[in-house]
Amino acid sequence: MNNNWSWETFMDALPFVLQGLWITVSLTITCYLFALLFGFVWTFLRKVPNTFFNWVVTWIMEFIRSTPPLVQLFFLFYAWPMMPGIGVTLSPFTSAVLGLGIHFSTYIGEIYRSGIESIDKGQWEASKALNFSTVDKWRKIILPQAIPPTIPMLGNYFIIMFKEVPLASTIGVAGIMLMADSYGAQNWSYLEPLTIVGILFLVLSYPSAVLIKKLEIKMNTRFDKNAAIK
Amino acid sequence: MNAIIEIFPQLARGLQVTITVLLASAILAYLMAFIAGLCRLSQSFFIRKFTGFYVEVFRGTSLIVQLFWLYYAIPMLFGIQLGSNWWAGVIAIGLNYGAYLSEVVRGSILSVANGQSEAATALNMSRFQRMRLVIFPQAVRMMLPEFGNYTIQMLKGTSLVSLIGMTDILYYGDIIRSSNLSQAPIVYLLVLVFYFILALPLIWLTRKGERISKKGVANG
Repeated sequence: MNNNWSWETFMDALPFVLQGLWITVSLTITCYLFALLFGFVWTFLRKVPNTFFNWVVTWIMEFIRSTPPLVQLFFLFYAWPMMPGIGVTLSPFTSAVLGLGIHFSTYIGEIYRSGIESIDKGQWEASKALNFSTVDKWRKIILPQAIPPTIPMLGNYFIIMFKEVPLASTIGVAGIMLMADSYGAQNWSYLEPLTIVGILFLVLSYPSAVLIKKLEIKMNTRFDKNAAIK
Repeated sequence: MNAIIEIFPQLARGLQVTITVLLASAILAYLMAFIAGLCRLSQSFFIRKFTGFYVEVFRGTSLIVQLFWLYYAIPMLFGIQLGSNWWAGVIAIGLNYGAYLSEVVRGSILSVANGQSEAATALNMSRFQRMRLVIFPQAVRMMLPEFGNYTIQMLKGTSLVSLIGMTDILYYGDIIRSSNLSQAPIVYLLVLVFYFILALPLIWLTRKGERISKKGVANG
């Protein structure tokens, strides 16, 4: 076992770990798009005007949200094929997209909801008074006001998701984390490959965090409620 | 039904590890949150930048990376043995969520209305008194819901310690699954239920915190 930092190992591990970068990035994007779409399902289900149904949906969301995504991944990957009747074997990539996507869609659904609920009551009344159709009401009045303020929050979830994606290495998605792990196992030096993964995460997530911060400031000035009243 | 009765006590053996890791890492995270949150508001440029570096590093990389790094790399790099994987797990989760929570602490202190600080200055309070008597009590109320949310996140994060060989709930779940494949669905469902039961008091406390935080903070 080597005990010291060695640049030689670092340079050796770098191309090996980088092989996984594309999978990590594409998994992040796929999971994120899936979560964005599936978030609508929760928002829609929460809108159903039935108290009992609402209660059930709320607790299902709470269940998904407060249990570990790692266990949910294991459930989909190891347990789903064993489900009597409905079980199908899922590839590691699909399991990861479904598991992380559904996990984060519960958060994203709440963001949509808060966006829609932040629309002033008068806007709903006005669109009704002006005899807007349901489609027009959503398309022309509600959504243009509800979506922009949620964009920074949704952006944050992209970064959060990027940082959760290495969990998929545990079920065999060959992203940077699995690459680092297998390099470590082969050469018995985890230090350099794991450090590379850490640096990659910093290099990719810090600039995007700064970008989202800027976006947030821009959105806040554009959609400042007080400014609108003035 | 028989399977549940059989599996339940086996999973419960991991409960102790999950709970002790959660408690210890939560204490560490809260401690780091207040230290780092207050340091980032310090007047000293050096202290601000240094804690800023800590926060960005731990928020910018993933928890699983930090966990593996602490477990595999730290002993190699510095020859320090963290004692056991228990410490590696607690330190990783504590420092990671401490970094997130320090932003909550900082944000809450900054969001206490300016007039409060001005009024305290007008009353001739020192900087320390201002913070201790006026700003801090109001800021802490605002932090409560976020602290609850992040504690639930920490509970979820503790499932990762099974990856470095700790015998928590998930670890026992994996063992049962590998010896009896057809029981996999019921095993993982029970593991999820275990975590959910552990999360329930935290969910309740978070909702309570939300109610408290709405009261007793000066507006405007």
